[in-house]
Amino acid sequence: MTLLELDGVQKRFGAVEALRGVTLAVDAGEVVALVGDNGAGKSTLMKTITGVYRPDGGAIRFEGQDITGLEPGAIRARGIEMIYQDLALARQQDVAANIFLGREPVRRLLGVLPMIDRRRIETEALRMVRRLGARLPSVHYEVGLLSGGQQQSVAIARALTFDPKLVIMDEPTAALAVREVEHVLELIRELRRQRIGVILISHRLTDVFAVADRIVALRQGMVIADERAAATTMQEVVAHIVGAH
Amino acid sequence: MADAAAPVRPPLSHRLSFRIESLVVLLVLCTAMAVLSPYFLSVSNFLNILLATATIGVLAIGATFVICAAGIDLSLGSVLGLSGVVGAIFSVKLEVPWPMALVAGLATGAAAGFVNGILVTRGGIPAFIVTLGMLGIARGLALILTNGQAVYGLDPALVFLGQGRPWGVPMPALVFLLVALVTHWLLAYTRFGRYTLVIGDNEAAARAMGIRVERHKVALYTLSGLLAGTAGILFMARVNAGDPTAGLGYELTAITAAIIGGTNLFGGRGSILGTFIGALVMGVLQNGLNLLAVQSYYQQMAIGTVLIFAVWLDQSSRRRGR
Ligand SMILES: Nc1ncnc2c1ncn2[C@@H]1O[C@H](COP(=O)(O)OP(=O)(O)OP(=O)(O)O)[C@@H](O)[C@H]1O
Ligand SMILES: [Mg+2]
Repeated sequence: MTLLELDGVQKRFGAVEALRGVTLAVDAGEVVALVGDNGAGKSTLMKTITGVYRPDGGAIRFEGQDITGLEPGAIRARGIEMIYQDLALARQQDVAANIFLGREPVRRLLGVLPMIDRRRIETEALRMVRRLGARLPSVHYEVGLLSGGQQQSVAIARALTFDPKLVIMDEPTAALAVREVEHVLELIRELRRQRIGVILISHRLTDVFAVADRIVALRQGMVIADERAAATTMQEVVAHIVGAH
Repeated sequence: MADAAAPVRPPLSHRLSFRIESLVVLLVLCTAMAVLSPYFLSVSNFLNILLATATIGVLAIGATFVICAAGIDLSLGSVLGLSGVVGAIFSVKLEVPWPMALVAGLATGAAAGFVNGILVTRGGIPAFIVTLGMLGIARGLALILTNGQAVYGLDPALVFLGQGRPWGVPMPALVFLLVALVTHWLLAYTRFGRYTLVIGDNEAAARAMGIRVERHKVALYTLSGLLAGTAGILFMARVNAGDPTAGLGYELTAITAAIIGGTNLFGGRGSILGTFIGALVMGVLQNGLNLLAVQSYYQQMAIGTVLIFAVWLDQSSRRRGR
């Protein structure tokens, strides 16, 4: 079943044409790797999906419905989560607050006064952190005090806590140690088993070949290759990225 | 590194939402004043301090919200003046019932804040410039509306807001406490408050997580204006006049109080409890300087010095990793 469809998506920043008509589809339970050189437009493409950028042309459909131009909150509510390359964390908030950012459960004190339900946030964040096996000192820790890898775990936990249907990961393993990278790759396989769609952006081609069903190469804002992982080789993918084809 | 299963308690300074130093400063200041002046330690002087702190305190709460979101509102003092003038004109010249005059004053403050918010978000003009412009506009408007003359002869009910003393406690102090309670709940316990801090912390992240950043900022500047309007009404009621020069330079004191209380000048952190303490520090300082008969010119210098010192202290302790 087609989960996400991009149809001729365009985006420009002033004189820079970051996306020149990208067409792409992702099925439920499919892991699609998106590769390309620095500045190819990978992050821009993903941010147009999540509503951070409004596309200048083309259409985006999710579960058959047009989501082009919706706000990030509305798109998250439909089940698209993204782990941003810069992680998008509030450094002065603690781990639990970051995991629930934008989705804080609210209880009513004495039946009237709305308050963020801190206890629920803490217990559920802790459960998620444990499930992911992330190495964090405590969910009460300010995120800014954590190491780069730990911060990445927080961003991953946030993307997976609310039963997403599609998870977009922009370099999710860039700051992780070997053990944690293995863990993320295992997570991606687990997502596939749960019929969740995954778009993985990575410069580490060994990781890409370890988990991806399909590999899409982007160059200067255009899709220049879209192949089954089993039907291609690392040399071919490298050639697409650097533009030898 | 421990596992999440065995949680490590973060250091105390991270669990408190305000700076302990501000409380220490307040105690030291009070002790010094008590030694220097025999009048300092009396119930009536304590109530005086609360009364004198009320206007600045309400203003400082407005400053706190905006600074927490990495903005700034320099128009606080002028909007205070304009709101008081409008309230007085409605009461004295238009002779409307006092609740309407009250609402007119508050609405003026909120409207000025709303304009600030729209210009900052839609216009894309830096908050520093927008609110500096509003500082001039609101003050000028207050002077034009009154011809530069204070408007006297308020409804007694309005005067009660400034001079009344139910159970011996000055009304402005009661209003200040009430405003502090409500805004403390708002900043510390609600989504609105948390999003305010997150916007100041990482605006792009806030947007990506679905927070409506622009709308929220407009609400924040409007709230700041509304609080300036509240302070304006309190000031007007206390001096029993719509004075177009009321609140001149008060933004300096208000922002200083917020910073002393632990509000991060660059956004993402702050609390009303801290600002409450910060406002008391400023109140005690001014009260003490008054008791010691220090000229107000020197008081201005003292406040300016405290502001720079507080920011320096905050920044250097942050650099050391607190
Ligand atoms: N907000 C922006 N404003 C202006 N230009 C932008 C913006 N975001 C991206 N660009 C430009 O768009 C192009 C694509 O950038 P993008 O970040 O999507 O690349 P990328 O494929 O994610 O690269 P990397 O592998 O380095 O993360 C670049 O030329 C970049 O300079
Ligand atoms: Mg990128």
